Amino acid sequence: MTDNKDTGGGTPPPEPTATDGTDGAAEAEERTPRRVIGTPSPAESRRLLATDDGGEAAAGPQPGEDIDEAQARKAERIVATLFVITFLASLGFIVVYVLSGRNGGMHGVRRAMWSNYGLGATMTIAFLAMAAGITIWFRRLMTAKQIIQERGDLTSDAESRQAFTQNFMQGATDSGITRRPLLRRTLLLAAAPLGLAPLVLLRDLGPLPEKKLRHTYWREAVEQARRQGRQGARLVVDGTYTPLRRSDFESPGGMITVVPEGIDKLPNILDEVAKAATIVINIPQDKFQPVKGRENWHVGGIVAYSKICTHVGCPAALYEQTTHHILCPCHQSTFDATKGAKVIFGPAARPLPQLPIGVDDQGYLIALSDYDQPVGPSFWERG
Amino acid sequence: MSAAPPSEAADSTDDTGASAAGPPKAVAAPLDFADERLGSTNFLRRTITKVFPDHWSFMLGEVALYSFVILLLTGTFLTLWFQPSMIEVPYHGSYAKLDGIKMSEAYASTLHISFDVRGGLLVRQIHHWAAIIFMAAIMAHMLRVFFTGAYRKPRELNWLIGLALFTLGMVEGLFGYSLPDDLLSGAGLRITAGVAQSIPLVGTYLSFFLFGGEFPGEDIISRMYTLHVLLIPGLILALVTAHMMIMWYQKHTQLPGKGATRTNVVGYPMYPVFMAKTGAYFLFTFGVIALLATFAQINPIWLFGPYDPAAVTAGSQPDFYMGFLEGALRIMPNWETTLLGHTVSWNVVVPALVPLGVLMTGAALFPFIEQWVTGDRRVHHLNERPRNAPVRTAIGMTAVAFYGVLWLAGGNDVIANTFHVSLYATTWFFRFAVVIVPIAAFIVTKRACLGLQRGDAATLGHGVESGVIRQLPSGEFIEVHAPVRAADLEVILSKEERPAAALQAPGPDANGIPAPGARGPLGAARVRLRRFWYADPLPIEPPAHAEPARLDAAPAEPDGERGQLTHG
Repeated sequence: MTDNKDTGGGTPPPEPTATDGTDGAAEAEERTPRRVIGTPSPAESRRLLATDDGGEAAAGPQPGEDIDEAQARKAERIVATLFVITFLASLGFIVVYVLSGRNGGMHGVRRAMWSNYGLGATMTIAFLAMAAGITIWFRRLMTAKQIIQERGDLTSDAESRQAFTQNFMQGATDSGITRRPLLRRTLLLAAAPLGLAPLVLLRDLGPLPEKKLRHTYWREAVEQARRQGRQGARLVVDGTYTPLRRSDFESPGGMITVVPEGIDKLPNILDEVAKAATIVINIPQDKFQPVKGRENWHVGGIVAYSKICTHVGCPAALYEQTTHHILCPCHQSTFDATKGAKVIFGPAARPLPQLPIGVDDQGYLIALSDYDQPVGPSFWERG
Repeated sequence: MSAAPPSEAADSTDDTGASAAGPPKAVAAPLDFADERLGSTNFLRRTITKVFPDHWSFMLGEVALYSFVILLLTGTFLTLWFQPSMIEVPYHGSYAKLDGIKMSEAYASTLHISFDVRGGLLVRQIHHWAAIIFMAAIMAHMLRVFFTGAYRKPRELNWLIGLALFTLGMVEGLFGYSLPDDLLSGAGLRITAGVAQSIPLVGTYLSFFLFGGEFPGEDIISRMYTLHVLLIPGLILALVTAHMMIMWYQKHTQLPGKGATRTNVVGYPMYPVFMAKTGAYFLFTFGVIALLATFAQINPIWLFGPYDPAAVTAGSQPDFYMGFLEGALRIMPNWETTLLGHTVSWNVVVPALVPLGVLMTGAALFPFIEQWVTGDRRVHHLNERPRNAPVRTAIGMTAVAFYGVLWLAGGNDVIANTFHVSLYATTWFFRFAVVIVPIAAFIVTKRACLGLQRGDAATLGHGVESGVIRQLPSGEFIEVHAPVRAADLEVILSKEERPAAALQAPGPDANGIPAPGARGPLGAARVRLRRFWYADPLPIEPPAHAEPARLDAAPAEPDGERGQLTHG
């Protein structure tokens, strides 16, 4: 940085005599071009360096500046054009609307899509053109000046405050509430239940929980099957409600969602499915390690767990064949299917409950009983 | 830029010549009509000359307001066709892929709006986009108000109303996107039910009363509908009105510069400039939301299918403003305790209640805590630059970091999938990050604020580096420093010297008796907090030297130990 001949050659450089703002500004303009070429001024990015144009002009013309009539006419033409565009776009909107209804309506995704593009594009153009027009209008054509107002005092003056306090205390005395405690206390007594009464009205928002969360439709299904002389309730595939044979599910690695038989006849099917949904997984015999006490709850490695995650109740719907992990896609709780669905990662605290299953005489997979614990997320009374 | 009294300013705008001959009949007649019945002219006269300060960040609240107006308009349109019913019906509309499928009437009518009502899809998408812009604008507006200290006395009430609006907006949004009863929002409701159940003591009852029995039941959609279209919007409307009226009465705060002082308001008059600006702004907001709704698909419920409690899709995400709660649920360790036959699932109840509770309670109490700590109970109309209140800015950034980490954690599956990292690794990362990042944010922000203050002090002391090197006759090279432009000087000098009362921590007097505010353990904490709040003093002075050229050589920082931090 020794090469500074651009900054003034032999003549002694004028000392910066920036005693006031305007002088300094003019001078800055004069010396800026004489900088060493190729040395970017750090000041340029700082915006603090005084330049001749000042802040207001740099930010573009503001409302209230003197208006050059020729420029104003040009701006007016632009604004008018934009307003006409809005007019045309609004008409276009109506045209697209009418066209969308020809041949009896939209019927299908494609017509709906094009209708959406047409209506949306014309609407967007209409709004944005008008907005741009008004913006140019107030930036280029309005002559209002920037103004300064003094803020008044927000607070009331002491006199009014005192007058109010006096009136208030006088009112309290006049009403007698301060002198008559019996009146005051019985009024409070009267108000308390009156405030509570509306809350009572909310009682019938829902039935009491009772033990409803403690069992699932598997219990009814198993009882019904037993009454019919069968060993247990068949596992039917969710959606088609066809019973599942052991032979249908022989190859290891698969996972299928099942529900108890008869659930599709229920009026509140969604409520029951939300608790009874069960996943059946076929785990290779050599990998499978049944939990102690549940040795006969599976059928040759075919094992059934509740599909309702023990975290907050999303369906634990993802099964990874190679690792035998069951994953809940909502919050990534991960359960190991080979070890009684115990939690191996994520926010769930408990394993997925296991459904004891067997095979009936005709080779169908059946549930031998309900889950031995409440399914789904924890609740206060769960224990 | 002269400080003209308002009446004069109002007169000066009136150069149409109409004033001389009296107003035209079209103006005078309605004015008389209203004035003779309502006495409204005084109010109107003050209104049309009301000053609106001019800064882009003051428009953020307006975006929220206009999004709300758009939400009301489009929401009303949608109610004309929407059926808030969970009765199962087979679908026979024009979306062929779901023909014959059983679904709730709510879902079927949403399909009807999307594919059979002309403009229905557009309005639905405008409604959803407007909700997202509404919440985003509220957040941005809140951050602006916080970081500039605009919530300070006398505006604490409006700050509290704003927090209530933000919370109501979240609930309103959750209910709104749950109404179509599709698979995605159904999973959200399932989570809502699980969270309600987890609340100790009353959770099970709460869940049963909310859903009218077991999840999903047949009541939740119609109940949410009433709350979504009547109760919550009514509350929001009432609070927005109160927010605006208080703002109107107290007048805007303003940022330093352009001649703004503690006792004035600088800006453009309501009529015509601000009216035109704000009208254009409404149209811009509507236009941009319409643009998004046209070309950026949102919530394509027909792809998700009707709700089925046994099914879920991978990558389920709530709308962005619920994301931080989702993230908290994901990264919480799986703690649960069972004692005396009762279960508390900390893994659900903590993430569901604590982050929102901490952020909202903290934000609500902050203005009052700040007053208590600083002892500053004056009225503030001039905003503070964030750098000039390092502790406040750092606390704000801590909250932002906390929220941001939780929000990112809500998309940890997307992050894992996009960047091909282990899902479990992202969870562990966020478990640590949610503690470390906010602390780091506090430290970094505070240092950055102090650094910026030092930058200001250096600018005042030296002027601005011009990049011009000059050789003196003696052979010495100097860099020419230009003086600070007046407008920038005004902004820098807006830094408030601490009031003398606040400067003194209420310590013991000459006899060793503590000041009234400093007694007891609470008082001691107050003393410590006040010291912390006002640590790192850095006085700001107007430039004392008319000739800044030689100041390069002088030592930059008078306060020695911190000098080394300055030129980082």
